[in-house]
Amino acid sequence: MRLEYFQMVDRITRLDTDARQIAADCVVPDESPIFEGHFPGHPIMPGVLMIETMAQTGGWLVLATLRFASMPFLAQVKEAKMRAFVAPGAALQAEAELLHDGSGYAVVKGRIATGGKTAAEAEVRYRVVPFPNETLRGQMLETARRIGVPEAFFHAA
Amino acid sequence: MSSTFETVAGIISETCDIPREKIRPDSHAINDLGIDSLDFLDVAFAIDKAFGIKMPLEQWTQEVNDGKVSSDRYFVLKDLCDNIDALVAAKAA
Repeated sequence: MRLEYFQMVDRITRLDTDARQIAADCVVPDESPIFEGHFPGHPIMPGVLMIETMAQTGGWLVLATLRFASMPFLAQVKEAKMRAFVAPGAALQAEAELLHDGSGYAVVKGRIATGGKTAAEAEVRYRVVPFPNETLRGQMLETARRIGVPEAFFHAA
Repeated sequence: MSSTFETVAGIISETCDIPREKIRPDSHAINDLGIDSLDFLDVAFAIDKAFGIKMPLEQWTQEVNDGKVSSDRYFVLKDLCDNIDALVAAKAA
């Protein structure tokens, strides 16, 4: 994870659009300016970044499901729960399940586990709209390749 | 009144915190009930789930924006319910 750049997902470990599921590894950095303020003497991952991690993980599932034809933007977060402190250096397993692929929107259930225990969970909803420009689409494809989204998902089925 | 309307009215009342008695078949979801696009996302998800359909909101919005149809066609509740019934029937066919 590169928290300052909002790069939350390190590696996709499972992506099954038929089963509507995705899983990803995300390693919290040992050091980040964020931990200087959150909190002094007790560094932990901010809950909003845990939510962002679930949103991005689910977002990759939506993108893969749509074969990168449209872009999901975070619209709602429901029932977000931070169940445990997450310290610098923690290895996180993020996963998401697509609950509904609507017209112009999508809904996923996200979860983050560490050490075999649930650290956070939330229902995340997105507006799904055409890419605003080719720059963003190109960047998303480049990032997708870097984190291991299989090439088959980049093109229409 | 149709069971579709009762279901939709119940969803809108619960999702948008609007008193049930204010929701009538001739109510316009946006103009009369003041449901904004973010709340309508909740309503759409609940309707899709309740009826097992996928309302083509993108297509409807495009038609309204292009001036092809009035927003009444999709957002007055009795018309919305007619559209839901048609989608349910098409799915069953």
